[in-house]
Amino acid sequence: MSAEVFTEQILVWLGPVPLTRTMVSSAATSLILVLVLAPVGRAVARAPSGRLAAAGRLMHGFLTDLVTQAVGRPSPGLERFAGSLFLFIAGAALLGQLPGVVPPTANLAATSSLAALVFLAVPIAGVRARGPLGYVKHYFQPNPLLFPLHLVSELSRTLALALRLFGNMMSGHLIVALIVALVGLIVPVPLMALDLLIGLLQAYIFTILASVYIGAAIRVGEED
Amino acid sequence: MSEHTILALVSIVTAGLTMALGAIGAALGESRIGAASMDALARQPDEAGVITRNQFVALAMVESTAIFCLVIALVLLFANPLLPAR
Repeated sequence: MSAEVFTEQILVWLGPVPLTRTMVSSAATSLILVLVLAPVGRAVARAPSGRLAAAGRLMHGFLTDLVTQAVGRPSPGLERFAGSLFLFIAGAALLGQLPGVVPPTANLAATSSLAALVFLAVPIAGVRARGPLGYVKHYFQPNPLLFPLHLVSELSRTLALALRLFGNMMSGHLIVALIVALVGLIVPVPLMALDLLIGLLQAYIFTILASVYIGAAIRVGEED
Repeated sequence: MSEHTILALVSIVTAGLTMALGAIGAALGESRIGAASMDALARQPDEAGVITRNQFVALAMVESTAIFCLVIALVLLFANPLLPAR
């Protein structure tokens, strides 16, 4: 049995650009999310009492609570970012349950790009909330000697964010694949349920950690 | 044994050891989180929602150490930089 854990076969070359399985599955995830959620959004705008609209507002309320708890105050811009992250990762976990589909988040490149988005969003949110000087100042507090430690912590938490999501999604998929190769019927079902639970949990954790990191950058110097 | 066979042997044994030792730490940490959150639940059943949510977040954070060990074990097995590409 050969396992593709870190490498990936290229499906087709589009000119100089290789098209891999992860690219296809992440594009499919985004497309399905848009197709499913666009009617929900329209239902909320048109008829606020319908069943679809209730589902949409339930989702919105959940994300608003999550971000507000992490940041300490409502912040609509961060809600959009965190909501996109949550829906994409949760949608990828759900899509990964289909037979033959490997979720895009089981690829280190895909999770690294998600973590890189969070890494870039932190200074952008900080500068927008505090101004460039106000944001940079927190790197030198409480003591300028701590500047390298601040930098290392930002880099290492980004690495941890990417590796945590990748490891969880990929290991769940690998375990299910191993059991399917050994037994085949019925036995993998509880493990698949666990895989689904872990996928949704990881989406929640990725989102809450991203909100906490960005929230900390927004609130620089506000605490105490 | 050739040089590559020894390297492959050591890599496989090390991958198993990495996973075994890494799992011990995460298991101890997670058991403490589980015990503490059960204690909190028994004391304050009204706060079950908040406690369970924070418990899951804490569990996943601790679990990530075991996941890092898993990633390293898989690097040793499937993407070992010292072994020739298959």
